Amino acid sequence: MQNAMETETDTETTEVKRVLSRFKSDTGEVLPGGLLDLPVDITVDKLQLICNALLQEEDPVPLAFFVNDTEITASLEKCLEKNFSTSEDVVDIVYQLQAVFKVRAVTRCTGSLEGHKEAVISVSFSPDGQHLASGSGDTTVRFWDIHTQTPHFTCEGHKHWVLCIAWSPCGKKLISACKNGSIIMWDPESGKQVGKTMNGHKMWITYLSWEPYHSNPECRFFVSSSKDCDLRIWDSKLGQTSRVLAGHTKSVTCVKWGGGGLIYSASQDRSIKVWRATDGILCRTLEGHAHWVNTLALNTDYVLRTGPFYPLETSGDLSLLERAKKRYEAVGQEKLVSGSDDFTLFFWNPDKDKKPITRMTGHQQLINDVKFSPDGRLLASASFDKSIKLWEGSSGKYITSLRGHVQAVYSVSWSADSRLLVSGSADSTLKVWSIKTKKLAQDLPGHADEVYAVDWSPDGLRVASGGKDKILKLWQN
Amino acid sequence: MPQNEYMDRFRTLYGRRLDYEERKRKREAREPHKRAEKARSLRGLKAKIFNKERRNEKIQMKKKIKAHEEKNVRKKTEPTPEGALPVYLLDRDVSSRAKVLSNLIKQKRKEKAGKWDVPIPKVRAQSDSEVFKVMRTGKSKRKAWKRMVTKVTFVGESFTRKPPKFERFIRPMALRFKKAHVTHPELKATFCLPIIGVKKNPSSAMYTTLGVITKGTVIEVNISELGLVTQSGKVVWGKYAQVTNNPENDGCINAVLLV
Repeated sequence: MQNAMETETDTETTEVKRVLSRFKSDTGEVLPGGLLDLPVDITVDKLQLICNALLQEEDPVPLAFFVNDTEITASLEKCLEKNFSTSEDVVDIVYQLQAVFKVRAVTRCTGSLEGHKEAVISVSFSPDGQHLASGSGDTTVRFWDIHTQTPHFTCEGHKHWVLCIAWSPCGKKLISACKNGSIIMWDPESGKQVGKTMNGHKMWITYLSWEPYHSNPECRFFVSSSKDCDLRIWDSKLGQTSRVLAGHTKSVTCVKWGGGGLIYSASQDRSIKVWRATDGILCRTLEGHAHWVNTLALNTDYVLRTGPFYPLETSGDLSLLERAKKRYEAVGQEKLVSGSDDFTLFFWNPDKDKKPITRMTGHQQLINDVKFSPDGRLLASASFDKSIKLWEGSSGKYITSLRGHVQAVYSVSWSADSRLLVSGSADSTLKVWSIKTKKLAQDLPGHADEVYAVDWSPDGLRVASGGKDKILKLWQN
Repeated sequence: MPQNEYMDRFRTLYGRRLDYEERKRKREAREPHKRAEKARSLRGLKAKIFNKERRNEKIQMKKKIKAHEEKNVRKKTEPTPEGALPVYLLDRDVSSRAKVLSNLIKQKRKEKAGKWDVPIPKVRAQSDSEVFKVMRTGKSKRKAWKRMVTKVTFVGESFTRKPPKFERFIRPMALRFKKAHVTHPELKATFCLPIIGVKKNPSSAMYTTLGVITKGTVIEVNISELGLVTQSGKVVWGKYAQVTNNPENDGCINAVLLV
């Protein structure tokens, strides 16, 4: 202790430079308090204290600070050196609110859930993080009890590989689609089929997406995309197609039901189409990609997925619907990112503009998966060139590459606090990446073969992964 | 008008005789008895021919019945194909490299047993006189203890020559190799990979220590660029391969990866 005191006095005697600075929020508002005269060797912790005092929040909020878009990691001085601003200038320190809670990195495999007789193709946690479902090539959908790590229900009904599954935002239904093109709805509480099998697609189904909770808390409608070039909006209550959206000329690869009542679909015909959900009218076609469009991501994805469930907000005064709506509106404008076989990503503003905001290049192989972080500030793209790239979620600016996998990266998943990222790859490992250090945080070997699907539970406690080795694995801290 | 057409015409005009069906049925019913009678009474070569024909006939009949039965069964259940793939891989050509891992274990087991099940099991023995050339040394070239290797060799990175007085074997620079063209038998692809070492030259243990590479030699190659991974998530980097050509004749080393 005494030592520390001495060193502190030492530094002060060696003349600490001071800079004029002011705090700005990431939307550009200047904090009241005016210009501050700060020593350059001020640390992040002290900045936190000052900024929290200025914000006049009751509880201290974790913040991250940026100068000229580079994050302050140790002290203010290092950032200034890099960007060389004279001490007469005013330094704008941009602060960003971080998630109040912290998700701990998963470090070990706590359970190998055996049961599937074929490769596990899709894995998904329910929006409240209490249920886990997986779809597999053995034509079954299985529900697992995550607390005891035992099988709960085995749902048989499909005649071919179960390709995709999707939880309704209310968490009370699960739909699964198979390679024959039929869709079945399941009840996670009983493991029984609800309603009849929904047939209509002539070829396999590539993606399922539910209507957002805030526009219809009943969770009645969902949209499916298929290899047969069509999209279908289904009424899950009647078990019928309520609308067919035709227009793509090749297989539709991905579909997302946006929060503003628009449906976005990506296709192998190189276009992205925007449809109005209420009447099925094609609003606009976004063109720009030079090859198949593989995947789409919305900055509202996480909010729409978890809907009314949010690990922190337990305030009972709002109804679920209001809560979901409030969360959706807090995100702001809906943005879209598409990843393609032409090795690029495009950043769109789909409800206004036909032109892309920016084109994100850098990958050397096709892009298989793109995900926005839950707070919408970052983007992660997984590519077959063995790397994951991080991009800024507001502008699409390149941040860094995460290298470590030795084969194609198939999928990525964010932790709920946006501080960690998990990726599954063909090299049979999962890797957890720390966003703060932009480095590998954990290497998780254990699968015997390619990892096809990864999901981080919305409560942040568990990661589930499934792959070609037919085993579903649960990872925990 | 040919004869049978008159018969057809007559039939269309006047019909068949009234007991035609009856007679036909009886004739057909008599047929097996007649055939059995024939089979019993035939002797010698004729019997042999008859029996052979009858046997073939029966085989064909059984095959047909079986085929019909299978056809009926197949309609009921169509098994789902194996090798399920996620949506994003359905439209892509995915080579099956999955077996690499399981084969890794197999290979380890084999190594333990000390047995090699290799692509080229039988290798022609290389005699010493073929591999080594006697070098005459000394002022009057009277001494003949020095040997020069006339085959392709692999010399490790860290090798330093001994002083010429103690150097019994000379491995010429022109016949030293660092890389081999290695074919992965399942991927059906060939890679130019660096050699790590010579595992075994089946002709003699001395050749192994000298690093002589002839047809059938097992070499260790660096496959880290192939991106294979072990069970524990580590990248595999050394793997064995067997040489399939005569490198001293061809000027290159071709090998097959042992998986």
